[in-house]
Amino acid sequence: MSDTPIDRVAKATPPSVASKIRGLSDRTIAWLFVAPSIFLLLAVNIFPLIWTINLSFTNYKANRPNREVDFIGLRNYERILTDSDIWLTMQATAHFLFWTIFLQVLIGFALAWLINRKFKGNDLWTTLIVLPMMLSPAVVGNFWTFLYQPQIGLFNYAVSFLTGIDPSSFEMIGDVALAPWAIVIVDTWMWTPFVMLICLAGLRSIPDYIYEAAEIDRASKWRQFWTITVPMVLPFLMLAVLFRGIENFKMFDLVVQLTGGGPGSITELTSINLKREAFEKWRTGYASAYAIILFVTVFGLASIYVKALNKVKER
Amino acid sequence: MSGYSITEPSSRQKWVAGTLVIVYAIITLLPLVWIITTGFKSPVDAIAYPPKVVFEPSLEGYVNLFTTRTRIGQEQLEALPPPATWYEEIVRDRDMVIAGPSRYGERFLNSVIIGFGSTFLSVFLGTLAAYAFSRFKVPLKDDLLFFILSTRMMPPIAVAIPIFLMFRKLGLSDTHLGMILLYTAVNISLAVWLLKGFIDEIPREYEEAALIDGYTRFQAFYKVVLPQAATGIASTAIFCLIFSWNEYAFAVLLTSGTAQTAPPFIPTIIGVGGQDWPAVAAGATLFLIPVMVFTILLRKHLLRGITFGAVRK
Amino acid sequence: MKTAKLLAATALVAAGGFTASNAQAADLTLCWAAWDPANALVELSKEFESQSGHTMNFEFVPWPNFADRMLNELNSGGKLCDLLIGDSQWIGGGAESGHYVKLNTFFDSEGISMDDFAPATVYAYSTWPKGTPNYYALPAMGDANGWYYRKDWFADPELQAEFKAKHGRDLGVPNTQKELLETAQFFQGREVDGQTRYGATIHTERGSEGITMGVTSALYPWGFKYENTPGKYDMEGAVNSADAVDALEFYKEFYKTATPPGYSDGYMVAGLDAIKSGQVAMGMNWFAFFPGLAADPDVGDKLGFFANPPQKVEGSTLGGQGISVVAYSENQDAALEYVKWFAQPDVQAKWWELGGYSAHNSVLNDPGFPESAPFAGEFLKAMAAVQDFWQEPAYAELLLAMQKRMHDYVVADQGTAQEALDKLIEDWTETFEDEGKI
Repeated sequence: MSDTPIDRVAKATPPSVASKIRGLSDRTIAWLFVAPSIFLLLAVNIFPLIWTINLSFTNYKANRPNREVDFIGLRNYERILTDSDIWLTMQATAHFLFWTIFLQVLIGFALAWLINRKFKGNDLWTTLIVLPMMLSPAVVGNFWTFLYQPQIGLFNYAVSFLTGIDPSSFEMIGDVALAPWAIVIVDTWMWTPFVMLICLAGLRSIPDYIYEAAEIDRASKWRQFWTITVPMVLPFLMLAVLFRGIENFKMFDLVVQLTGGGPGSITELTSINLKREAFEKWRTGYASAYAIILFVTVFGLASIYVKALNKVKER
Repeated sequence: MSGYSITEPSSRQKWVAGTLVIVYAIITLLPLVWIITTGFKSPVDAIAYPPKVVFEPSLEGYVNLFTTRTRIGQEQLEALPPPATWYEEIVRDRDMVIAGPSRYGERFLNSVIIGFGSTFLSVFLGTLAAYAFSRFKVPLKDDLLFFILSTRMMPPIAVAIPIFLMFRKLGLSDTHLGMILLYTAVNISLAVWLLKGFIDEIPREYEEAALIDGYTRFQAFYKVVLPQAATGIASTAIFCLIFSWNEYAFAVLLTSGTAQTAPPFIPTIIGVGGQDWPAVAAGATLFLIPVMVFTILLRKHLLRGITFGAVRK
Repeated sequence: MKTAKLLAATALVAAGGFTASNAQAADLTLCWAAWDPANALVELSKEFESQSGHTMNFEFVPWPNFADRMLNELNSGGKLCDLLIGDSQWIGGGAESGHYVKLNTFFDSEGISMDDFAPATVYAYSTWPKGTPNYYALPAMGDANGWYYRKDWFADPELQAEFKAKHGRDLGVPNTQKELLETAQFFQGREVDGQTRYGATIHTERGSEGITMGVTSALYPWGFKYENTPGKYDMEGAVNSADAVDALEFYKEFYKTATPPGYSDGYMVAGLDAIKSGQVAMGMNWFAFFPGLAADPDVGDKLGFFANPPQKVEGSTLGGQGISVVAYSENQDAALEYVKWFAQPDVQAKWWELGGYSAHNSVLNDPGFPESAPFAGEFLKAMAAVQDFWQEPAYAELLLAMQKRMHDYVVADQGTAQEALDKLIEDWTETFEDEGKI
């Protein structure tokens, strides 16, 4: 190339845009088109990530610009991995991840299967069911604190209406035993439609002739379900689990508004804990190491999972 | 029914399935309906026990949402001229006067500016990149595409630390520009993946014909491909908008006064004495309307959008 | 704000160039928490606007977000606030990181003397390092954690008789922490005027500073000290003393046996709601709210107020703030002008009148002060024995550690009081080690 793309762009003044561009090779256009996006991602994702790695070896505190910054090696990592409180937040996160995914898959798949019975008006109802997941999680979290109020809250009232328990006798957010379930319920309410949609796509991708062939072989409906429906939908389901898993590992907005991590630290998921370290305690170096550990965890788990997913797809 | 099919569910099955789905839909929509109706309750009705289903509608929540009010003494109140507007009257009934507008309007406007600004930018850049990935041999194409996707996996809090420091150095903290750039960077992965899918579906033959007719590659791109991809671009834009519209973590960490969007603001709406639930609900309702409308418009592309184009219906 | 501007402009015209001596009219922004006193300050500041020709804008942030938002603003070098009425604990960081303008030269040249302000407030709100004559704020608002109670219920003859039969003393303002708990338990779940009432609200909030402010209100009366030797950071045996354990267990018992159901994350606003709606007989809250409560059309005349009762010693948790000039402000001169205006005795007198707690001696030492409001005397009593949390530059870390340990123990039932305090010492030791202080 005699001319760099940047030079060409610089020269390309409005009146003669067309003539200048006329001469561009496909290769140049390709780079010209891709470069801005890659550049932006490098600037806002990769550069910060490298910076985070750097900071993670120091004792820097962003709120104390006049304090000396020391290189402290792996001390931050060592501290995090030996901190029993952080393991508790990991447990809280694991509980949240497991149950949200479990419930969402269960309910989401059941709903998709029902909707796929193609009853009249199923499109309308599908659209309505999907609405919760389009809302702002922070606003949802905040409003659910209202629904969860003992006595006056809709949730407590509904539970008491159905079971006869006194609505002021239990508190979803303040109770140590119930709070972890409070966040699971809201997340499930919000995101089940997501799993449902993916399952629905999976169900609809199964060609009718497979069932017809099974019918001819006199396979029972039950057998058809387990030998055709489930395996065919499995890759879709696994994809849904991947997306939900990544999202809920990052979970911050909804839970922070709903419980703020309380009572005590019962619902303090790792992202909330990290936010406290980074932006309330301002232990920037320490929090950077924490962030790297989380990122590596998500990335590692996701990669393993994607491999498994590909295997299932190949079958 | 056109003909008998063994895969077509029986009408009894349909009836049962329909009923179950509708029951679920009603339960799941209840909280949403509750938000909307609470916005039209008076503060007393909003916290009544048992929860009120039938109530006298009131616009107090909306008035409280858009104003700040101060309580004044009974004598001062009586000395005032009668209220000139209906909203002043509502406030006066609570022994208060309107002190000025609240910040909700500003926050909403910020959401619009940042949301639309970043959406435009990410769709613009995303279309270019997607076209290149779709049509040209880009070296390391798969790696680059995976890289673009993987940026979405990072917890926002994890990159927020250096972004916070970077913005502070560059003077981008709490600015519209800073937030637009940030949201663009987050959205671009979605935009590239979605648009690549849409552009892949446009037959190459169209462009090739145009090239033979003497169009340049660039002309072929914007005269042939862009119009064909219009639907795809529109739905991508809406997905980007929904993300930046609803985003909370970055907004709460990087904005405070001037560029704060609505999601971090709505939960902080507190009335005189306690969380003013009707006002919060009113704020949430107004904020939900655009997304609800988009959801209904988008229902055909919904699946593709939320799965990064991984699943197409 | 438009009307305010208009008013200021009209006043200017009327004064006929009164501000000719001022360089230029500035647009000042004052940042504070969104609460009753802030509204009083808006009212008070109108006088400043008309005198100086400057325009005052206000940015009031709700308490739960106040610290987060303002510290973020300072840390990012934001220019939003010219004046900041920041919490007492921020002074260390504000001074050390250069967020606040040092005011010594200004005080000297304007003849503002810190001797004119109550010593406890100067110590807590203005100085860094603590107790040295280096000033970064002017005491703006004295405050302490106190109590309100339902005078009308306490005066009910039937309840009085029953209380006396049960506890052998009169139902009245409690003289000790234990009496306080007894009284709250007496009302817990009791039917009064046909409705179920509860004992008292105490601070249990997790997110910002709530439960720490509540727990310390029990710790201080038990003689709690942060260090054995002030300035040595030797916390072992002080923070986890037997008395401290007793006090913490007391607070948990209070939470479990005398607060309304679901009160697991309550702070200022929730407490106000509870007393206003008649849910509780008593409540712990900041004196700052009492003027507003006393003037409340519904419950104002039914409420009485008292300072935090002693147990082994007198002790109250300090609140309150000083007003600082933000170093990043482009209107520092005008901001200083505001501070100068605010420090005047007659402005301070009006400040108290409007519902702000002046820390100026001319107001507090006025013989008529204790009678000037139903809570004024109690306020003086509280301020005579206040104690504050750590004011170290690393205060946020110290506070969050305490929030976690206290909420884990009191609300979430994790471990014992002894363990909670032991762990707290571990957390704090780690922080001070990082700081290079031990």
